[in-house]
Amino acid sequence: MTTTPETIVDGSDSGPAGEPPETPEAKATDAQAPEAQAPEAQAPEAQAPEATDTTAEDVEEAEAAEPAETESTGEPAPAPAPAPTWKEVGFDTVARATGTPFEHQPFLELGLQDDEHAKIEQILGRRPTESELAMYSIMWSEHCSYKSSKLHLRQFGEKAPRSERLLAGIGENAGVVRVSDRLAVTFKVESHNHPSFVEPYQGAATGVGGIVRDILAMGARPIAVMDPLRFGAADHEDTRRVLPGVIAGVGGYGNCLGLPNIGGEVVFDECYRGNPLVNALCVGVLPVGRLQSKAATGPGNLVVLIGAKTGRDGIGGVSVLASATFDAESEQRRPSVQVGDPFMEKLLIEACLEIYDAGLVVGIQDLGGAGLTCALAETAAAGGTGMSVNLDLVPLREASMDPPEVLASESQERMLLIVTPDNLPVVLSICSRWGVLATAIGEVVAPEVGGGRLRIWWRNELIVDVPPGSLADDGPVYARPMREPADRILLLADRAETLPQPSAADELRATVLRMAASPNLCDKTWVTEQYDRYVLGNTVLAQPEDAGVLRIDERSGLGVALSVDGNGRFARLDPYTGAKLALAEAYRNVAVTGAIPVAVTNCLNFGSPEDPGVMWQFAEAVRGLADGCQELGIPVTGGNVSFYNQTGTMAIHPTPVVGVLGLLANVAARVPMGFANAGDPIFILGETRDELSGSEWAHVTHGHLGGTPPTVDLAAEQRLAGVLAEAARVGHLAAAHDLSDGGLAQALVEACLRRGFGAQITLPDGLPPFVQLFSESAARVLVSVSRGQEAAFAALAAERGVPCAALGAVRAPSSVLAVEGLFDIPLDELREAHTGTLPALFGELASRTGEQSGELASRTGEQSGELASRTGEQSGELASRTGELSGELATEPGS
Amino acid sequence: MARVVVDVMLKPEILDPQGQAVANALPRVGVTGVASVRIGKRIEIEFSGEPDLEQARLVADKLLANPVIEDFTIRVEETAKAAAP
Repeated sequence: MTTTPETIVDGSDSGPAGEPPETPEAKATDAQAPEAQAPEAQAPEAQAPEATDTTAEDVEEAEAAEPAETESTGEPAPAPAPAPTWKEVGFDTVARATGTPFEHQPFLELGLQDDEHAKIEQILGRRPTESELAMYSIMWSEHCSYKSSKLHLRQFGEKAPRSERLLAGIGENAGVVRVSDRLAVTFKVESHNHPSFVEPYQGAATGVGGIVRDILAMGARPIAVMDPLRFGAADHEDTRRVLPGVIAGVGGYGNCLGLPNIGGEVVFDECYRGNPLVNALCVGVLPVGRLQSKAATGPGNLVVLIGAKTGRDGIGGVSVLASATFDAESEQRRPSVQVGDPFMEKLLIEACLEIYDAGLVVGIQDLGGAGLTCALAETAAAGGTGMSVNLDLVPLREASMDPPEVLASESQERMLLIVTPDNLPVVLSICSRWGVLATAIGEVVAPEVGGGRLRIWWRNELIVDVPPGSLADDGPVYARPMREPADRILLLADRAETLPQPSAADELRATVLRMAASPNLCDKTWVTEQYDRYVLGNTVLAQPEDAGVLRIDERSGLGVALSVDGNGRFARLDPYTGAKLALAEAYRNVAVTGAIPVAVTNCLNFGSPEDPGVMWQFAEAVRGLADGCQELGIPVTGGNVSFYNQTGTMAIHPTPVVGVLGLLANVAARVPMGFANAGDPIFILGETRDELSGSEWAHVTHGHLGGTPPTVDLAAEQRLAGVLAEAARVGHLAAAHDLSDGGLAQALVEACLRRGFGAQITLPDGLPPFVQLFSESAARVLVSVSRGQEAAFAALAAERGVPCAALGAVRAPSSVLAVEGLFDIPLDELREAHTGTLPALFGELASRTGEQSGELASRTGEQSGELASRTGEQSGELASRTGELSGELATEPGS
Repeated sequence: MARVVVDVMLKPEILDPQGQAVANALPRVGVTGVASVRIGKRIEIEFSGEPDLEQARLVADKLLANPVIEDFTIRVEETAKAAAP
């Protein structure tokens, strides 16, 4: 356990010249040792890799080669036993696998199908070893291989509009978008749904940690996170168990890392009860020249594992957890939960950034799902090289781990670096200065040598010998059967527009209040106040604003705006339109700040792909999103698919969550959502139609879901965004707020309450007041315009072909939201309704932290994160590494 | 009066950042030769009458420990004995 400090001492004490090379060299030679054996050992097999039927000759050759080689190198040779048996060695080797072709292997239990197993045997020309089987089962799982979704996801590339800005796109750890001559921004959203259901705190926390490392791997400094979350009904007991833990986990990890959480969603719907959706987005910024690659190029370069030790975290997490449905068995299947350590991640970030800035890495990849297996296979495959790895060199938390466990471990806070031998000493010393363990575990091998295979040694035995591409790229691809769900015709016919609607003034007033207090529309402060939103000092807008806005360049004021949105109900009614609507909403949310949308990321949360109905939903949603991006002219830069979000036969609503990134030339010109000056005229942009199907009103009032979702007109969205950007640039706008869930009524409530200003509204003639207030037609925005500029603004809207109707004016602070001829609601009454919901459901936060309720602390596993920070572990930990503080602080429990 | 003591520890395979931080800080106070530190918590439950182990177990399982990542043990401690020294 004291290895970290020791490493520090090794690195820094020994000075730059003499000692440090010794350690690295020693390690490097260790790593090279197996490599030296490689060509000879593998020669026989390399000759017949395609041979599906392993002949006796092959076997003999392989077995003969084994001992001969060991003797010739003579280097390790503690056990010169020829062809060791399973019992003697205690683990499976390539030699054994060749010699025992018919040994039973638990591939079904590992989630591999018969034909997939056969394909592995065909690739290898023999049965896979235990370790290889573990690696294939993970890499070919749905989660890693995208085997059901690949076919459809291609559209994102094929339909993507060409963008000069895109520096890295799909297939990389995250998409990278150039935002100025000097700077680029990278962002991505990922799911951590299943782990968060098993252990809400740690699941959500490691979700944040994982996406942050993806961003780090691109060469960027992570600057903010966002988290779209979906839970079961707000008052259900499962939600009460899962939600506080998830929120605390997201907050705990992000806050400890010092990253602001600038937005996201919290949505409640019965369909997510057994499958909460915990998606996490991270955004980072990098100098254009610092973009990193994951390719392991340059034969002779070293493979360096840095960060935390490898333990039995989340073993089988990917293959078992992420790719299998929850059922009665999940209790037993539960692998050890991954526990995150944000303080280690912080050190990892700083170490990596220093290494990038010094230009010391050839390639880098984060270790996330599938751990070392994925990182080794992907870096080698991307580089088109082979790789030799000595698994004995991987620092382990528990010495008793088997090779498949080491390879599959999902221990957090680790990265894999490809480094030239010359740079290794500097890399090791930088890591040790940051208190990050760093170990050279292998070497890049030229593709000509031994066929560019990934070879892994353990206790001087070859245990893995595979083509890296077969793991990373050539996984199975399925064109799964798809069928439009049979109930869809009935669903579409059951329109919400025909439901009984309130029309009397007092009914409308009550509806406004009830909607404002409903779980999906109510104030989310209970959640967001647990997140640090302004740390780092660059947050310009954060929740509850429509989009998070960050300044990324202090000199020019250049900034980015980000929003993530999704609407599972719309997607359930029509996945194609639903995906487009999610895109449109995120696009609009970015546009209302005055930003220009430039790129898209997505997280596609669906049920089981083996269900033709779900597969159809997925295909339709992807098609919709790809078409939508093409129409809007902004590319999908990357994303993530999460299947098997279902319990039994009940799948969640198809839930494509779309993130849009926009650019603001100067964040000083950003437009906030709240009314800010009494007397400012209020306008509504866009056209309101009688569109209530799938609406929040139908959900809250009638528990109804049916009909066709609102029309989506992306050309109109584009015109609208154009007007908003121009109006923001010239300073027309005092406030702009997107109309979406809950329609105009909800937008007015939020715009009023944001800064406590009232509003006097007169609804235009035409549609009934109820429809005007609660319809969820897309491409609409509520704005307040600075007094005196209304004519210019209206002219701008008219010129760009955007419908613009006057609604009234902003009233004095602490007054009322008044709709002419219908109702007045004092802001206090409105606020009470809007803000009371979550505290009533989940308890007052103050009491929770004040009394340190044992229940929440331990039940949610919050303990390790929360307690750690409370007891001064943060300072203890960092201090122990920098040596500024006595160890006492760390041992002094604070509670 | 009897006291039931519940000890809650992270399961052995679960990462314990807090324990690690302490272990890493030990050399600074001159303690060497420590291979690992793991931190748990001890809860004392005072029953007004006879100690009810079943209830204590229930409390531990439902409230004090997170069985997904933690193990716990329960034992009765004589209050008199505990107070004496």
